[in-house]
Amino acid sequence: MTLLETERVAVSPVRRGTTPRRTGGGRAGYFFVAGYALLLLAFGVFPTGYAFYLSLTNDRGQFTGLNQFTKVIQDYRFAPAFTHMLIYLVMWLVTLVVLVVLTAVVLRSRVRPGTSALFRFLYYIPGALAGVASVLVWLFMLDPDVSPVSWLLTALGFKTFAAVLAPGNLPLILMLIAFWTGAGGWMVVMYGALNNIPDEVLEAARMDGAGPWRTAWHIQIPMIRQWIVYMAIMAFATGTQLFVEPQLLQTASLGRVSPTWSPNQLAYVYAFQQGDFNGAAAISVVLLAVGLLAAGLLVARSNLFKLDEK
Amino acid sequence: MESSRSRRTGRRHSPLRAAAIALSLATAAALAGCASADTTTPSSSKQSAFKPVAQKASSQITVWADSTRLPSVQAYQKAHPDVKMKVVTYDGGADGSTYLQSKVQLFDRTGSGWPDVVFGTPTDVTWASEATKPGAQPFAAPLDEKLVPQSTLDGFAKGSLTPCQFNGHTYCMRNDIAQVVLWYNKSLMDKWGYQVPTTWEDYEALGTKVAKEHPGYLVGSVGDTNSHESYFWSGQCPAFNLTKPDTLRTDLQDPKCTRMAKLLDNLISAKAIATQGFFSQGFAKNSGSKVLMAYGPSWYGQYLFKAGFKTPAKQIAAAAPLTWKGESTAATGNVGGGVWMVSSHSANLKASSDLVTWLTTSDANQATAPTYPAYAQAAKAWLANPANKDYFANDVSGPFEQAANEVWTGWSNTRFSDSTAWSSVVLPALTAGKSLTETLPAWQQEIANEAKSQGYKVVDQ
Repeated sequence: MTLLETERVAVSPVRRGTTPRRTGGGRAGYFFVAGYALLLLAFGVFPTGYAFYLSLTNDRGQFTGLNQFTKVIQDYRFAPAFTHMLIYLVMWLVTLVVLVVLTAVVLRSRVRPGTSALFRFLYYIPGALAGVASVLVWLFMLDPDVSPVSWLLTALGFKTFAAVLAPGNLPLILMLIAFWTGAGGWMVVMYGALNNIPDEVLEAARMDGAGPWRTAWHIQIPMIRQWIVYMAIMAFATGTQLFVEPQLLQTASLGRVSPTWSPNQLAYVYAFQQGDFNGAAAISVVLLAVGLLAAGLLVARSNLFKLDEK
Repeated sequence: MESSRSRRTGRRHSPLRAAAIALSLATAAALAGCASADTTTPSSSKQSAFKPVAQKASSQITVWADSTRLPSVQAYQKAHPDVKMKVVTYDGGADGSTYLQSKVQLFDRTGSGWPDVVFGTPTDVTWASEATKPGAQPFAAPLDEKLVPQSTLDGFAKGSLTPCQFNGHTYCMRNDIAQVVLWYNKSLMDKWGYQVPTTWEDYEALGTKVAKEHPGYLVGSVGDTNSHESYFWSGQCPAFNLTKPDTLRTDLQDPKCTRMAKLLDNLISAKAIATQGFFSQGFAKNSGSKVLMAYGPSWYGQYLFKAGFKTPAKQIAAAAPLTWKGESTAATGNVGGGVWMVSSHSANLKASSDLVTWLTTSDANQATAPTYPAYAQAAKAWLANPANKDYFANDVSGPFEQAANEVWTGWSNTRFSDSTAWSSVVLPALTAGKSLTETLPAWQQEIANEAKSQGYKVVDQ
C-alpha cells in the first residue's frame, strides 16, 4: 500500500512535466474529438441556437423581442412550476452533498476495505435503473395498498396513495427518487476522490492528534472540494431538467399531480398541447440561463478549473 | 508552469467575456428593437375552405385505434379484404393523454406522416378542427362536405354529435356515448328493504341512512378523474359553458353547483360517498363489494362492476337519472365516449369515410361493441344483443335509452380537458379533508386560468 502510494507521488510530477507538450500529434487529436464535436454541434449547439431563435420570434418568424419571455413569465403556471423546482433543488442538493460526502468518508476511513466495496456495490445498484424504472419502483413503495413498508406509511398517517401524493409531499418524493437513483454513483466517485489523498497526509494529521472526524472536516473534505462542486453542478443541471418523474407520477396518480408541475413539463405542454414552440423555447432558455448562472457561480467561487497547487 | 497556468486561465476567460458582451448586446437590441409583433396567432382566424389532396383510389390507409377498438377495425379488414389498411394501436387519448395532438403538431411541422383515420376523444376534435399553425390545414376533414351523407349524420342520438360540430361543420362521428345513470346493487337493496331513489333528495336521505345502518357501504365516489362529469354535469352546473365559440362561462357559485356540492359534502362527511376513486389502486380489493349505489356512465356496468369489482351476475341494476324535487327537466351527464375522425390530408378519403361510417353506424360492428353506440339505430341493435344485458339484474334498456336523450348540452366541449382542474386541484383538496363547497372557488379559478391560456374569454355570469 505504502509502496504504491510513494510510486504515485513519484509519478505525478513526471505527468505534470509533460503537460506543456502541446504542439505534436495535432491531427490525430482533432480526429479523435471530431466525432464528439460533430454530434455536439448537431444535437447540442444547434438546437440551443434554434431555441434562442424561436424564443425571440413568433410562429410566423417575426421578431418579437422579449415578448415571448414576458408571455411565459406571466403565465399562471410559470411561478408555481419554478417554485416547485426550487424547493426540490434545495432539498435534493443539500441531501445529496451532505449524505454522499458523509457516506464516502465513513466508507473510506471507518469500514474495512472488503465491506466497503460491498456497500459501494449495493449503493450503486439503483443507479443502474433508468429514471422510468425507478419511478415505477417508488410507485409501489409509496402505495399503502401494495408497499412492502405499508406499516410505515400507515404509521405516518398515509392511508391511501392519493394521500401520499398530496401536493406538499411531491418535492420530498421526487427528492427520494432522485437520491435513490443518483447518490450511489456519486458515492463511488467521492470514494475514488478520497482514495487520491496520499496516505502520508492522513498519517501526518493522525500524528498531529486529529481524530477521524477532524481529519474528515479539515483534511479530506477540503481536498475533494472540487469534486463536490462538480457533483453539485451536475446535480443542479439534472435537477432543473426534472421531467420524467413528475410526468409519470401525474399519469400514475390519475391526474392528481399537476401536468405542469416542473418547468420542463410546462415547456412540453406549451410545445405539444398549445402548439406554441416559441413559448416552449422561451421557457427552455430561461432554464438554460438559470443552469448557466448557477454553474458559473459555483465554478467561480470554487476555482474548479484551476490546476491544484502544491 | 506559472506562466502556462495564467495563460490558460486568461484564455478561458476571454470567450466567456465575449459571450457575455454578445448576450448583453443582443438583449439591448431586442429590448430596443421594434418588438411589436404578436406572440401568438389569433385562434379565431378565418379558415379557408376544405381542399382535399390528390386522391389515389385503393391507396393504403393508416388507422390509429386504441386497443379496445382494435377488434372492430380488424373485423372491417376481414369483411373488406380489398381495402389496404395499416392498423396502429395507440392510447386513444385515454386519461387526458395528448399523444395524438403532439404527433399531429409534429406532422404539421414536417408536412407528412398523418394517419388517415383516428380514434380519439371529443377534446381531440377541438384542436383537430382548427389549424395548429398559420397556413396549416386543420387535421380533421369536415365529414359533412360530401364525405358522409347528411341522412347518416342525422341518425345519431340527440346532441351526441354536438362535440363534433365547429363553425357549422361536423368533424367527427361519435362512436359511443356514456350517458350517466344510477347504478345500484339490487340484491342488497332488496335484502335491506330500500327503495331505489328517483330524486337527489331521496338519494341523499338514503345515503345518510345507509351510513348509519350499514357503515362502510357506499352510495358513490367523487375521487375519480371524471366524477365531476357524473355529478356536476348531471346537476347542470355551468362550469364549462361556451356561450359563444370563444367565450367560456364558468360560474361555480351558481345555485346548481352549490346545491350539488352541499349534497356531496353531506354524504362525504357521513362516509357514504368515498373521496377515493372507484378506479384508484386498491379500491376494488378493499371496498369493491361495499358499493351499494354508484352514479355514473353506462359503461360502469361492464367495466366497473363486472371487470373491476367482479360483482357476480344478476346483482347490479340501472335506474334512470335522478332529478331534483319539484323540477321536471331531467338532465344527465356524459363520461367519455370516443369519436372517429378522418384526416383532411388523406389521399383516400373514400376508403377512410367508409371505414368510419361502418365503425360507427353498422349493426354488424356496433351490436357487439363494448360501449353504448351513439348511432340510434345501432343502439337498438346493441340493446337487442343479449350479451350486453345478461349480466344485469334488470332490463337496462329503458334507463339507457332515456338517459341517452337527456344528456345536458350546456357542458361544452372545450379546447382543454375538463378533468385537469378537477383532478389536480379539487381531488387533492378533498383528500386533505377540505369540503367541496370551500374548494369551488379554487376549482373555478383553475378552470378560468386554463381557459384564458387557451385563448378563451372568460365570464362568470
